[in-house]
Amino acid sequence: MRVRILVSFKDSVLDPQGQTVKNALHTLGYAAVKDVRQGKVFELELEGATRKEAEALVPEIARRVLANPIIEKFDWEILKGR
Amino acid sequence: MKFGVVQFPGSNCDFDAYHALRHVMKRPTVMLWHKDHDLQGVDCVVLPGGFAYGDYLRAGAIARFSPLMQEVQAFARAGGRVLGICNGFQVLLELGLLPGAMLRNKNLKFLCQHVHIRVEDARTDFTRAAKKGQVLRIPIAHFDGNYYAPPRALKDIERSGQVVFRYCDPGGAATAEANVNGSLAGIAGIRNKAGNVLGLMPHPERASEAILGSEDGRTIFESLILSVERRAPARRTAAAKARS
Repeated sequence: MRVRILVSFKDSVLDPQGQTVKNALHTLGYAAVKDVRQGKVFELELEGATRKEAEALVPEIARRVLANPIIEKFDWEILKGR
Repeated sequence: MKFGVVQFPGSNCDFDAYHALRHVMKRPTVMLWHKDHDLQGVDCVVLPGGFAYGDYLRAGAIARFSPLMQEVQAFARAGGRVLGICNGFQVLLELGLLPGAMLRNKNLKFLCQHVHIRVEDARTDFTRAAKKGQVLRIPIAHFDGNYYAPPRALKDIERSGQVVFRYCDPGGAATAEANVNGSLAGIAGIRNKAGNVLGLMPHPERASEAILGSEDGRTIFESLILSVERRAPARRTAAAKARS
């Protein structure tokens, strides 16, 4: 099974890199861009894990390692497999 | 008093810290390898600056899982003194021994310069050789030193008096300009509630000898020695310096 985890700053935390990208987009004339948040993407290949097991395992890994819960939030999805 | 300096792959201030403790402060100092389990009976663990595990994922995020850090965690919980400098501070935050987290500097630049920090509390084991309000001139060198804690946590940190150092101007005023990395409340260094763990972004080991432009960093090491040995380390007199 392949899962994708998206880690990004919580809405309450300032994202200076996202702000810089937004400013650059505005400079280029993309006035429609209201906000930019930058994050990290992880793709994990899980061997022999059922959907139920993944639902327990992935959030645990994300909370414990991939994201720092003080400043970051995460989202995840199954890309391939059951 | 015996110091131990932890070495991770990517540590790069480990030998600077060793030199300052062993040759300047003249105390027995050992290197502690991140894969070991033995703290070798040290009185104080120093987590040095650098880029442990390349700062991959987040600064300090991988280092916290190393075998030695499990021992350091137990050591700290039992009251052992732990000093985290720069990257070492980031490791202590990731480990949860200190509250909060680090964000990228507000101007998105790697900052490498001398800064001034004000001693907010001179009763800690890390500052007892200083005076409250004393201004120390110590260099910083970091990309992620923009201290952050959620509002409720910050309130708790301030109320418990855990802010030990704040960025300030040379006169001791904590101005917005002096807060170069954008840290919340100008925080440059904090301690845990028990008072035995301290993390700070400036590098005291890089300000431990006159030839380096400042000796102010010695104050922190002197305080630690004072807290363990109950006596201040002998300072080299001007006459002794002239002879050497």
